Amino acid sequence: MVRHGELTSAPGLRRRGLLLLAPGALWLLLFLVLPGVILGAVAFCARGADGQVEWTPSLGAFRRLAGYGILGWSPDYLWILVRSVVVAAVTTAGALALAYPLAFFVASRAPRWRPVWLGLLSVPLCTNVVVRTYAWELLLSPGLPPAQLAAWLGWIEPGRALYPSLAAVCLGMISNALPFAVLPLYTNVERLDRALLEAARDLYASPWRVFRHAVLPQTLPGLTVAAVLTFVPAVGMFVITDRLGGARHMVIGNLIQQQFGPARNYPFGAAVSLVLIALTLAGLALQRRRGRGPL
Amino acid sequence: MIRRAAWWLPLGLGLLVLYLPLLAAGLASVNASRHGLSFEGFTLTWYRQLLVDPQVGAAARTTLVLALVSTALSTLLGTLLALGLQRAPWSRRASAALDALVELPVVTPDIVFAACLVIAFSLLRGLSAWFQPGLLTLVLGHVTFQVAFVALVVRARLVLIEGELSEAARDLYADGWSLLRRVTLPLLWPAILAGALLAFTLSLDDFVISFFCAGPDSTTLPIYVYASLRRGLSPTLHALSTLSVLLAALLVLGLERVSRPFDAPEATP
Repeated sequence: MVRHGELTSAPGLRRRGLLLLAPGALWLLLFLVLPGVILGAVAFCARGADGQVEWTPSLGAFRRLAGYGILGWSPDYLWILVRSVVVAAVTTAGALALAYPLAFFVASRAPRWRPVWLGLLSVPLCTNVVVRTYAWELLLSPGLPPAQLAAWLGWIEPGRALYPSLAAVCLGMISNALPFAVLPLYTNVERLDRALLEAARDLYASPWRVFRHAVLPQTLPGLTVAAVLTFVPAVGMFVITDRLGGARHMVIGNLIQQQFGPARNYPFGAAVSLVLIALTLAGLALQRRRGRGPL
Repeated sequence: MIRRAAWWLPLGLGLLVLYLPLLAAGLASVNASRHGLSFEGFTLTWYRQLLVDPQVGAAARTTLVLALVSTALSTLLGTLLALGLQRAPWSRRASAALDALVELPVVTPDIVFAACLVIAFSLLRGLSAWFQPGLLTLVLGHVTFQVAFVALVVRARLVLIEGELSEAARDLYADGWSLLRRVTLPLLWPAILAGALLAFTLSLDDFVISFFCAGPDSTTLPIYVYASLRRGLSPTLHALSTLSVLLAALLVLGLERVSRPFDAPEATP
């Protein structure tokens, strides 16, 4: 059978492109974009007596978030926001501090061995976060060496677990974020221009100055990507903080879960979600600004 | 350069933070003592108990069915999405909007994503009882985040094979369909497979979105573990976690095998 080439025109190609992408695009619009817009609107609505959404404009959810309740002002919710940002920042700092030398380590291996190391670092990435959190709970439980050591040092009472505590949350979060931090840093470090390092050394730069002026500027893009990939999931985390932090150390993710789950207060949950989205966008904007880096 | 020994310190620390808890779970899972504070001998009892537990069996079935169905759907939709994005002359404005649409699920925090789905399903429930929390809502939710990842992976490859080859095919009078079947798909299938594997892993890996979409009869394994945790640690849970870590290791190996042709696109014809 003879096939003829089609006469293709831009509108024709566009029509076919639209046909191809319509199912996926409509799916995303229906289940993510449209509900997202509604979520934004719900935040400015009131909550009915039975937990339903009253479609009347109201700033009640935001007033509550700012601490104004029936019993007067209390900073509880504001503390939750502050705690979320602090925990995410500590997680980011800890994960970067571990990941930075690790990235150099992997990049300094023979090319044959690099996939092995990268695989070893990404196995936990493919393990469920619930399982990893569970494993931390086990490791930090009373009677095992870490808790015994902490008790011996006088940090906790003997016979108690190391959780719930903010330290346990940060530990679990750093462990969770480490692969996300190592992978972008590794791709950056792998392409490091070694000639610059040699040039700096030839000019008698001290090891610190070589690092400060030849290495650090080159790895800044990788560091920013790693920081964003760590900070953004950390600030919205809910599994690790729920299990290792508990109700006393609540963060934003737990608050949202509570409102859309047992508390059934969609307007308040939506308002908190908007704050989380704002924090996420702030993190992404930082990447846009700094990600280009000096090189 | 820094001395050799100094390299091993961050490596040791990193591996410790990543693997020590998993190692503890692994050891506890083969420990004969129920409240594993001291090692009292090797046993596989907990694994045997785990495998005959009907709840675990049901949860494993749900997880697998969910992952397979959602992966099949999202691979199809995501591949079409990538083709539609890449193969049509979109204006700068249109392609920016489409890019944003595809990247949105990737950057949305899990918990907000889940909240959006809760809202979508609670509205759709007004139309049909089908949208009661259950397997259907789980599949719908998972496909929503998988589609974007599949589209991004497939598109990354599509960009590489675009150009000369499809022009050559067109010069040889290939119409759109034969171009797709004879040129694009044979070159694209490693990326489609990689996208599907990624989607599958993401589905197995997901907890937050499942937690919000699942009903009482559609418990996945992560939800089961999470619910059991409220009753405390148990040796069968140690066994379950250890098995899932081993499975993840196999998946990483598999992904590495599949994505290898990715690194050398010029090696394939």
